[in-house]
Amino acid sequence: MPKVVYGGQSYECGEGSILDCLTAHDVAVPSACRSGVCQTCMMRALKGNVPEKAKVGLQPTLAVQNYFLACSCYPQEDIEVALPELVRGKLEASVTRIEYLNADILGIRLKPARSFAYKAGQFINLFKDTATARCYSLASVPALGEELFLNVRRVPGGLVSGWVFEHLKVGDSIAISEAAGDCFYVPDKPGQDILLIATGSGLAPLYGIIRDALLNGHQGRLSLYHGSYNASGFYLVEELQKLARTHRNFSYVPCISEGEAGVPAGYAAGMVLDVALADNPDLSGWRVFLCGHPDMVNAAKQQTFLAGASMRDIYADPF
Amino acid sequence: MSLYNEIGGEGAVNAAVDVFYRKVLKDDRIKHFFTGVDMSKQAAKQKAFLTMALGGPNNYTGEDMRKGHAHLVAKGLNDTHFNAVMEHLGATLTELKVPGHLIAQAAAIAESTRKDVLGK
Repeated sequence: MPKVVYGGQSYECGEGSILDCLTAHDVAVPSACRSGVCQTCMMRALKGNVPEKAKVGLQPTLAVQNYFLACSCYPQEDIEVALPELVRGKLEASVTRIEYLNADILGIRLKPARSFAYKAGQFINLFKDTATARCYSLASVPALGEELFLNVRRVPGGLVSGWVFEHLKVGDSIAISEAAGDCFYVPDKPGQDILLIATGSGLAPLYGIIRDALLNGHQGRLSLYHGSYNASGFYLVEELQKLARTHRNFSYVPCISEGEAGVPAGYAAGMVLDVALADNPDLSGWRVFLCGHPDMVNAAKQQTFLAGASMRDIYADPF
Repeated sequence: MSLYNEIGGEGAVNAAVDVFYRKVLKDDRIKHFFTGVDMSKQAAKQKAFLTMALGGPNNYTGEDMRKGHAHLVAKGLNDTHFNAVMEHLGATLTELKVPGHLIAQAAAIAESTRKDVLGK
Protein backbone atom coordinates (compact mmCIF):
# COMPACT_ATOMS: atom_id res chain seq x y z
CA MET A 1 0.00 0.00 0.00
CA PRO A 2 1.52 3.36 -1.00
CA LYS A 3 2.64 5.79 1.70
CA VAL A 4 2.11 9.52 1.75
CA VAL A 5 4.87 11.54 3.42
CA TYR A 6 3.90 14.99 4.67
CA GLY A 7 5.84 17.20 7.09
CA GLY A 8 8.23 14.35 7.95
CA GLN A 9 5.37 11.99 8.88
CA SER A 10 4.45 8.92 6.87
CA TYR A 11 0.83 7.84 6.42
CA GLU A 12 -0.70 4.70 4.85
CA CYS A 13 -2.83 5.89 1.95
CA GLY A 14 -5.42 3.10 1.66
CA GLU A 15 -8.06 3.27 -1.06
CA GLY A 16 -8.82 6.98 -0.81
CA SER A 17 -7.23 10.11 -2.21
CA ILE A 18 -4.30 11.96 -0.66
CA LEU A 19 -6.81 14.50 0.64
CA ASP A 20 -8.81 11.72 2.34
CA CYS A 21 -5.63 10.26 3.80
CA LEU A 22 -4.26 13.52 5.20
CA THR A 23 -7.54 14.86 6.57
CA ALA A 24 -8.18 11.47 8.24
CA HIS A 25 -4.91 12.06 10.10
CA ASP A 26 -5.88 15.60 11.11
CA VAL A 27 -3.56 17.32 8.64
CA ALA A 28 -5.30 20.57 7.67
CA VAL A 29 -5.47 20.70 3.87
CA PRO A 30 -7.84 23.37 2.53
CA SER A 31 -10.54 21.87 0.30
CA ALA A 32 -13.96 22.72 -1.10
CA CYS A 33 -15.49 20.78 -4.00
CA ARG A 34 -13.54 17.53 -3.51
CA SER A 35 -14.18 16.81 -7.19
CA GLY A 36 -11.04 18.05 -8.92
CA VAL A 37 -12.65 21.28 -10.02
CA CYS A 38 -12.17 24.19 -7.61
CA GLN A 39 -8.38 23.69 -7.10
CA THR A 40 -8.58 24.71 -3.43
CA CYS A 41 -6.74 21.54 -2.33
CA MET A 42 -3.71 22.07 -4.57
CA MET A 43 -0.49 20.55 -3.21
CA ARG A 44 2.95 19.88 -4.62
CA ALA A 45 4.80 16.58 -4.94
CA LEU A 46 8.40 16.76 -3.70
CA LYS A 47 9.21 13.09 -4.43
CA GLY A 48 7.40 10.39 -6.38
CA ASN A 49 5.12 10.44 -9.42
CA VAL A 50 1.79 12.18 -9.62
CA PRO A 51 -0.91 10.37 -11.65
CA GLU A 52 -1.95 12.49 -14.66
CA LYS A 53 -5.57 12.51 -13.49
CA ALA A 54 -4.54 14.57 -10.47
CA LYS A 55 -3.24 17.37 -12.75
CA VAL A 56 -6.32 17.75 -14.96
CA GLY A 57 -7.30 21.41 -15.34
CA LEU A 58 -4.14 22.93 -13.81
CA GLN A 59 -2.27 25.61 -15.70
CA PRO A 60 0.68 24.02 -17.56
CA THR A 61 3.21 25.99 -15.49
CA LEU A 62 1.79 24.43 -12.32
CA ALA A 63 1.63 20.92 -13.77
CA VAL A 64 5.32 20.93 -14.80
CA GLN A 65 6.23 21.87 -11.22
CA ASN A 66 4.42 18.76 -9.92
CA TYR A 67 1.50 20.61 -8.44
CA PHE A 68 -1.61 18.43 -8.22
CA LEU A 69 -5.08 18.29 -6.72
CA ALA A 70 -5.06 16.25 -3.50
CA CYS A 71 -8.73 15.27 -3.85
CA SER A 72 -8.09 13.63 -7.25
CA CYS A 73 -4.75 12.03 -6.44
CA TYR A 74 -4.83 8.27 -5.85
CA PRO A 75 -1.12 7.45 -5.61
CA GLN A 76 0.22 4.24 -7.13
CA GLU A 77 3.53 4.49 -5.30
CA ASP A 78 5.06 6.27 -2.30
CA ILE A 79 4.89 10.03 -2.59
CA GLU A 80 6.13 13.01 -0.56
CA VAL A 81 3.92 16.07 -0.65
CA ALA A 82 3.74 19.61 0.75
CA LEU A 83 1.34 22.52 0.80
CA PRO A 84 2.38 25.09 -1.83
CA GLU A 85 3.68 27.75 0.57
CA LEU A 86 5.84 25.36 2.60
CA VAL A 87 7.98 24.10 -0.25
CA ARG A 88 10.78 26.63 -0.60
CA GLY A 89 14.18 26.43 1.00
CA LYS A 90 16.37 29.36 2.05
CA LEU A 91 19.99 29.97 1.05
CA GLU A 92 22.80 32.51 1.02
CA ALA A 93 23.81 34.53 -2.01
CA SER A 94 26.60 37.05 -2.57
CA VAL A 95 26.08 40.35 -4.36
CA THR A 96 28.32 40.50 -7.43
CA ARG A 97 27.10 43.69 -9.15
CA ILE A 98 24.86 46.67 -8.48
CA GLU A 99 23.97 49.20 -11.20
CA TYR A 100 21.37 51.89 -11.73
CA LEU A 101 19.06 50.76 -14.58
CA ASN A 102 17.25 54.10 -14.31
CA ALA A 103 16.85 56.69 -11.52
CA ASP A 104 14.46 54.49 -9.49
CA ILE A 105 15.46 50.92 -10.35
CA LEU A 106 18.62 49.07 -9.37
CA GLY A 107 19.87 45.99 -11.18
CA ILE A 108 21.22 43.52 -8.62
CA ARG A 109 23.23 40.45 -9.61
CA LEU A 110 23.59 37.61 -7.13
CA LYS A 111 25.66 34.46 -7.02
CA PRO A 112 23.84 31.84 -4.92
CA ALA A 113 25.89 29.71 -2.50
CA ARG A 114 24.34 26.59 -4.03
CA SER A 115 22.51 26.11 -7.30
CA PHE A 116 18.75 25.76 -7.31
CA ALA A 117 16.33 25.14 -10.14
CA TYR A 118 14.23 28.06 -11.36
CA LYS A 119 12.53 29.35 -14.48
CA ALA A 120 13.01 32.86 -15.86
CA GLY A 121 10.11 34.95 -14.56
CA GLN A 122 9.65 33.18 -11.24
CA PHE A 123 10.33 35.17 -8.06
CA ILE A 124 12.50 34.76 -4.98
CA ASN A 125 12.24 36.34 -1.55
CA LEU A 126 15.01 38.73 -0.61
CA PHE A 127 15.54 38.96 3.16
CA LYS A 128 16.65 42.19 4.82
CA ASP A 129 16.58 40.25 8.11
CA THR A 130 14.83 37.07 9.24
CA ALA A 131 11.48 38.83 9.66
CA THR A 132 11.53 41.18 6.68
CA ALA A 133 11.46 39.99 3.08
CA ARG A 134 10.03 41.05 -0.28
CA CYS A 135 9.41 39.16 -3.52
CA TYR A 136 11.53 40.01 -6.55
CA SER A 137 11.17 38.45 -9.99
CA LEU A 138 14.09 36.85 -11.79
CA ALA A 139 15.06 38.55 -15.03
CA SER A 140 17.91 36.08 -15.62
CA VAL A 141 17.68 32.93 -17.75
CA PRO A 142 19.15 29.75 -16.21
CA ALA A 143 20.03 28.18 -19.58
CA LEU A 144 22.25 31.19 -20.39
CA GLY A 145 24.34 30.49 -17.29
CA GLU A 146 23.61 33.97 -15.94
CA GLU A 147 23.85 35.03 -12.33
CA LEU A 148 20.53 35.81 -10.64
CA PHE A 149 19.35 39.20 -11.93
CA LEU A 150 16.79 41.28 -10.00
CA ASN A 151 15.32 44.71 -10.75
CA VAL A 152 14.62 46.50 -7.47
CA ARG A 153 12.43 49.61 -7.62
CA ARG A 154 12.76 52.20 -4.87
CA VAL A 155 9.43 52.14 -3.03
CA PRO A 156 8.80 55.28 -0.92
CA GLY A 157 9.18 54.15 2.69
CA GLY A 158 9.92 50.58 1.53
CA LEU A 159 11.79 48.59 4.19
CA VAL A 160 13.57 46.21 1.86
CA SER A 161 14.02 48.40 -1.22
CA GLY A 162 15.20 51.28 0.98
CA TRP A 163 17.80 48.99 2.53
CA VAL A 164 18.88 47.76 -0.91
CA PHE A 165 19.31 51.33 -2.18
CA GLU A 166 21.05 52.71 0.92
CA HIS A 167 23.10 49.84 2.32
CA LEU A 168 23.60 46.90 -0.04
CA LYS A 169 27.18 46.61 -1.43
CA VAL A 170 29.01 44.34 -3.82
CA GLY A 171 30.47 41.44 -1.81
CA ASP A 172 27.65 41.39 0.77
CA SER A 173 26.14 38.02 1.62
CA ILE A 174 22.35 38.03 1.90
CA ALA A 175 19.60 35.46 2.47
CA ILE A 176 17.20 34.58 -0.33
CA SER A 177 14.56 31.90 -0.84
CA GLU A 178 14.34 29.41 -3.66
CA ALA A 179 12.14 30.43 -6.57
CA ALA A 180 8.36 30.12 -6.82
CA GLY A 181 5.55 31.42 -9.00
CA ASP A 182 3.80 30.27 -12.12
CA CYS A 183 4.58 33.24 -14.38
CA PHE A 184 7.08 31.66 -16.80
CA TYR A 185 7.43 30.25 -20.32
CA VAL A 186 6.49 26.65 -21.12
CA PRO A 187 7.60 25.48 -24.60
CA ASP A 188 4.42 23.50 -25.29
CA LYS A 189 3.05 25.67 -28.13
CA PRO A 190 5.95 27.17 -30.12
CA GLY A 191 3.62 28.81 -32.64
CA GLN A 192 1.36 30.56 -30.12
CA ASP A 193 1.34 34.38 -30.16
CA ILE A 194 2.34 35.90 -26.82
CA LEU A 195 1.40 39.34 -25.47
CA LEU A 196 3.51 40.70 -22.60
CA ILE A 197 2.52 43.85 -20.68
CA ALA A 198 4.53 45.46 -17.87
CA THR A 199 4.68 48.64 -15.88
CA GLY A 200 7.81 49.77 -14.02
CA SER A 201 10.02 46.98 -12.70
CA GLY A 202 7.37 44.46 -13.79
CA LEU A 203 9.59 44.33 -16.85
CA ALA A 204 12.02 42.07 -14.97
CA PRO A 205 10.16 38.73 -15.28
CA LEU A 206 9.12 39.54 -18.85
CA TYR A 207 12.74 40.25 -19.86
CA GLY A 208 13.57 36.76 -18.59
CA ILE A 209 10.53 35.10 -20.18
CA ILE A 210 11.15 36.69 -23.60
CA ARG A 211 14.77 35.58 -23.73
CA ASP A 212 13.81 32.11 -22.47
CA ALA A 213 11.16 31.80 -25.20
CA LEU A 214 13.58 32.97 -27.92
CA LEU A 215 16.22 30.53 -26.64
CA ASN A 216 13.62 27.75 -26.93
CA GLY A 217 13.05 28.73 -30.57
CA HIS A 218 9.58 30.18 -30.06
CA GLN A 219 8.05 30.89 -33.49
CA GLY A 220 4.88 32.83 -32.62
CA ARG A 221 4.86 36.56 -31.99
CA LEU A 222 6.33 37.95 -28.75
CA SER A 223 4.84 41.44 -28.38
CA LEU A 224 6.13 43.42 -25.40
CA TYR A 225 4.52 46.65 -24.15
CA HIS A 226 6.25 48.49 -21.30
CA GLY A 227 4.47 51.40 -19.64
CA SER A 228 5.85 54.43 -17.80
CA TYR A 229 4.71 57.99 -16.94
CA ASN A 230 7.58 59.51 -18.90
CA ALA A 231 10.62 58.56 -20.97
CA SER A 232 12.95 58.40 -17.96
CA GLY A 233 11.05 55.37 -16.56
CA PHE A 234 12.24 52.91 -19.18
CA TYR A 235 15.29 50.67 -18.83
CA LEU A 236 16.98 47.76 -20.61
CA VAL A 237 15.99 49.76 -23.70
CA GLU A 238 19.12 49.03 -25.74
CA GLU A 239 18.99 45.33 -24.87
CA LEU A 240 15.35 45.10 -25.92
CA GLN A 241 15.88 47.09 -29.13
CA LYS A 242 18.76 44.80 -30.01
CA LEU A 243 16.58 41.72 -29.44
CA ALA A 244 13.92 43.27 -31.68
CA ARG A 245 16.50 43.80 -34.44
CA THR A 246 17.79 40.24 -34.26
CA HIS A 247 14.44 38.43 -33.83
CA ARG A 248 11.69 39.21 -36.33
CA ASN A 249 8.96 37.73 -34.11
CA PHE A 250 9.83 39.98 -31.14
CA SER A 251 8.54 43.56 -30.90
CA TYR A 252 9.10 46.15 -28.16
CA VAL A 253 6.78 49.11 -27.64
CA PRO A 254 7.56 51.54 -24.79
CA CYS A 255 4.39 53.49 -23.88
CA ILE A 256 4.35 56.94 -22.25
CA SER A 257 1.16 57.72 -20.34
CA GLU A 258 1.71 61.45 -19.62
CA GLY A 259 2.07 64.41 -21.98
CA GLU A 260 0.32 62.68 -24.82
CA ALA A 261 0.63 65.73 -27.06
CA GLY A 262 4.10 64.78 -28.18
CA VAL A 263 6.12 61.70 -27.33
CA PRO A 264 9.62 61.14 -28.74
CA ALA A 265 10.05 58.99 -31.85
CA GLY A 266 10.02 55.27 -31.06
CA TYR A 267 7.49 55.62 -28.22
CA ALA A 268 3.73 55.10 -28.18
CA ALA A 269 1.46 57.59 -26.39
CA GLY A 270 -1.09 56.32 -23.88
CA MET A 271 -1.69 53.87 -21.06
CA VAL A 272 0.20 50.66 -21.76
CA LEU A 273 -2.89 48.42 -21.60
CA ASP A 274 -4.84 50.66 -23.99
CA VAL A 275 -1.98 50.72 -26.49
CA ALA A 276 -1.51 46.95 -26.34
CA LEU A 277 -5.22 46.25 -26.85
CA ALA A 278 -5.55 48.81 -29.65
CA ASP A 279 -2.70 47.07 -31.51
CA ASN A 280 -4.07 43.58 -30.75
CA PRO A 281 -7.87 43.76 -30.44
CA ASP A 282 -8.45 40.02 -30.91
CA LEU A 283 -6.49 37.86 -28.47
CA SER A 284 -8.21 34.54 -29.23
CA GLY A 285 -5.60 31.82 -28.92
CA TRP A 286 -2.95 34.11 -27.41
CA ARG A 287 -0.93 33.57 -24.25
CA VAL A 288 -0.67 36.65 -22.03
CA PHE A 289 1.86 37.69 -19.37
CA LEU A 290 1.06 40.65 -17.08
CA CYS A 291 3.41 42.12 -14.48
CA GLY A 292 3.60 45.38 -12.57
CA HIS A 293 1.18 47.70 -10.81
CA PRO A 294 -1.73 45.71 -9.30
CA ASP A 295 -4.34 48.07 -10.81
CA MET A 296 -2.92 47.56 -14.30
CA VAL A 297 -2.57 43.80 -13.80
CA ASN A 298 -6.14 43.33 -12.55
CA ALA A 299 -7.63 45.47 -15.30
CA ALA A 300 -5.49 43.71 -17.90
CA LYS A 301 -6.49 40.24 -16.71
CA GLN A 302 -10.11 41.08 -17.32
CA GLN A 303 -9.64 43.02 -20.55
CA THR A 304 -7.33 40.51 -22.23
CA PHE A 305 -9.82 37.79 -21.25
CA LEU A 306 -12.71 39.78 -22.73
CA ALA A 307 -10.57 40.30 -25.85
CA GLY A 308 -10.54 36.53 -26.34
CA ALA A 309 -7.58 35.10 -24.39
CA SER A 310 -8.50 31.96 -22.48
CA MET A 311 -8.27 32.16 -18.68
CA ARG A 312 -5.82 29.26 -18.73
CA ASP A 313 -3.48 31.27 -20.98
CA ILE A 314 -3.27 34.37 -18.77
CA TYR A 315 -0.32 34.58 -16.36
CA ALA A 316 0.15 37.43 -13.93
CA ASP A 317 2.30 38.73 -11.11
CA PRO A 318 0.82 41.73 -9.28
CA PHE A 319 4.14 43.30 -8.24
CA MET B 1 -25.92 7.84 -19.61
CA SER B 2 -25.71 10.85 -17.32
CA LEU B 3 -26.20 14.41 -18.51
CA TYR B 4 -22.53 15.16 -17.70
CA ASN B 5 -21.20 12.34 -19.86
CA GLU B 6 -23.69 12.97 -22.64
CA ILE B 7 -22.57 16.59 -22.90
CA GLY B 8 -18.89 15.61 -23.06
CA GLY B 9 -17.65 15.68 -19.46
CA GLU B 10 -14.73 17.81 -18.34
CA GLY B 11 -13.79 18.79 -21.90
CA ALA B 12 -17.21 20.33 -22.42
CA VAL B 13 -16.98 22.24 -19.17
CA ASN B 14 -13.56 23.62 -20.15
CA ALA B 15 -14.99 24.81 -23.46
CA ALA B 16 -17.96 26.37 -21.71
CA VAL B 17 -16.21 28.18 -18.87
CA ASP B 18 -14.49 30.92 -20.90
CA VAL B 19 -17.59 31.55 -23.03
CA PHE B 20 -19.85 31.68 -19.99
CA TYR B 21 -17.61 33.87 -17.82
CA ARG B 22 -17.06 36.34 -20.69
CA LYS B 23 -20.83 36.77 -21.00
CA VAL B 24 -21.17 37.32 -17.25
CA LEU B 25 -18.39 39.93 -17.12
CA LYS B 26 -19.84 41.85 -20.08
CA ASP B 27 -23.34 42.03 -18.56
CA ASP B 28 -24.05 45.45 -17.04
CA ARG B 29 -26.74 43.95 -14.80
CA ILE B 30 -24.31 41.71 -12.88
CA LYS B 31 -20.72 42.57 -13.66
CA HIS B 32 -20.36 44.84 -10.61
CA PHE B 33 -20.54 41.76 -8.38
CA PHE B 34 -17.19 40.73 -9.87
CA THR B 35 -15.28 44.00 -9.43
CA GLY B 36 -12.03 43.43 -7.57
CA VAL B 37 -12.27 39.64 -7.40
CA ASP B 38 -9.31 37.50 -8.41
CA MET B 39 -10.10 36.40 -11.97
CA SER B 40 -8.28 33.07 -11.77
CA LYS B 41 -9.94 31.98 -8.54
CA GLN B 42 -13.27 33.17 -9.90
CA ALA B 43 -12.78 31.14 -13.08
CA ALA B 44 -12.31 28.00 -10.96
CA LYS B 45 -15.60 28.78 -9.20
CA GLN B 46 -17.36 29.33 -12.52
CA LYS B 47 -16.06 25.95 -13.62
CA ALA B 48 -17.35 24.33 -10.43
CA PHE B 49 -20.75 25.92 -11.05
CA LEU B 50 -20.90 24.70 -14.66
CA THR B 51 -19.78 21.22 -13.63
CA MET B 52 -22.63 21.10 -11.15
CA ALA B 53 -25.19 22.50 -13.60
CA LEU B 54 -24.14 19.92 -16.17
CA GLY B 55 -24.70 17.12 -13.68
CA GLY B 56 -21.01 16.46 -13.06
CA PRO B 57 -19.27 15.41 -9.86
CA ASN B 58 -19.63 17.90 -7.01
CA ASN B 59 -20.11 17.91 -3.28
CA TYR B 60 -21.71 21.30 -2.88
CA THR B 61 -24.54 21.41 -0.39
CA GLY B 62 -27.30 23.97 -0.07
CA GLU B 63 -25.46 25.28 2.97
CA ASP B 64 -22.27 25.86 0.91
CA MET B 65 -24.33 27.80 -1.63
CA ARG B 66 -25.82 29.98 1.12
CA LYS B 67 -22.48 30.73 2.76
CA GLY B 68 -20.72 31.31 -0.56
CA HIS B 69 -23.21 33.94 -1.69
CA ALA B 70 -24.17 35.59 1.61
CA HIS B 71 -21.81 38.54 1.02
CA LEU B 72 -23.41 39.11 -2.37
CA VAL B 73 -26.95 38.91 -0.99
CA ALA B 74 -25.85 41.63 1.45
CA LYS B 75 -24.90 43.70 -1.60
CA GLY B 76 -28.34 43.27 -3.13
CA LEU B 77 -28.12 40.00 -5.09
CA ASN B 78 -31.69 39.12 -6.13
CA ASP B 79 -33.82 37.17 -8.61
CA THR B 80 -33.05 39.58 -11.46
CA HIS B 81 -29.35 38.76 -11.17
CA PHE B 82 -30.01 35.05 -10.84
CA ASN B 83 -32.14 35.20 -13.98
CA ALA B 84 -29.31 36.95 -15.84
CA VAL B 85 -26.92 34.12 -14.96
CA MET B 86 -29.51 31.53 -16.04
CA GLU B 87 -29.79 33.38 -19.36
CA HIS B 88 -26.02 33.21 -19.89
CA LEU B 89 -25.94 29.52 -19.01
CA GLY B 90 -28.54 28.79 -21.68
CA ALA B 91 -26.87 31.05 -24.25
CA THR B 92 -23.46 29.46 -23.62
CA LEU B 93 -24.75 25.93 -24.10
CA THR B 94 -26.69 26.97 -27.20
CA GLU B 95 -23.54 28.56 -28.61
CA LEU B 96 -21.65 25.31 -27.99
CA LYS B 97 -24.42 23.43 -29.86
CA VAL B 98 -25.61 21.40 -26.90
CA PRO B 99 -29.01 19.81 -27.78
CA GLY B 100 -32.07 21.58 -26.36
CA HIS B 101 -33.27 18.79 -24.09
CA LEU B 102 -29.87 18.67 -22.37
CA ILE B 103 -29.86 22.45 -21.93
CA ALA B 104 -33.24 22.11 -20.24
CA GLN B 105 -31.80 19.54 -17.83
CA ALA B 106 -28.84 21.78 -17.00
CA ALA B 107 -31.16 24.76 -16.47
CA ALA B 108 -33.29 22.69 -14.09
CA ILE B 109 -30.24 21.77 -11.98
CA ALA B 110 -29.06 25.40 -11.83
CA GLU B 111 -32.60 26.56 -11.02
CA SER B 112 -32.70 24.17 -8.04
CA THR B 113 -30.01 26.28 -6.29
CA ARG B 114 -31.98 29.56 -6.52
CA LYS B 115 -33.30 29.66 -2.94
CA ASP B 116 -29.93 28.80 -1.41
CA VAL B 117 -27.97 31.22 -3.60
CA LEU B 118 -30.36 34.08 -2.81
CA GLY B 119 -30.50 33.17 0.89
CA LYS B 120 -34.28 32.68 0.93
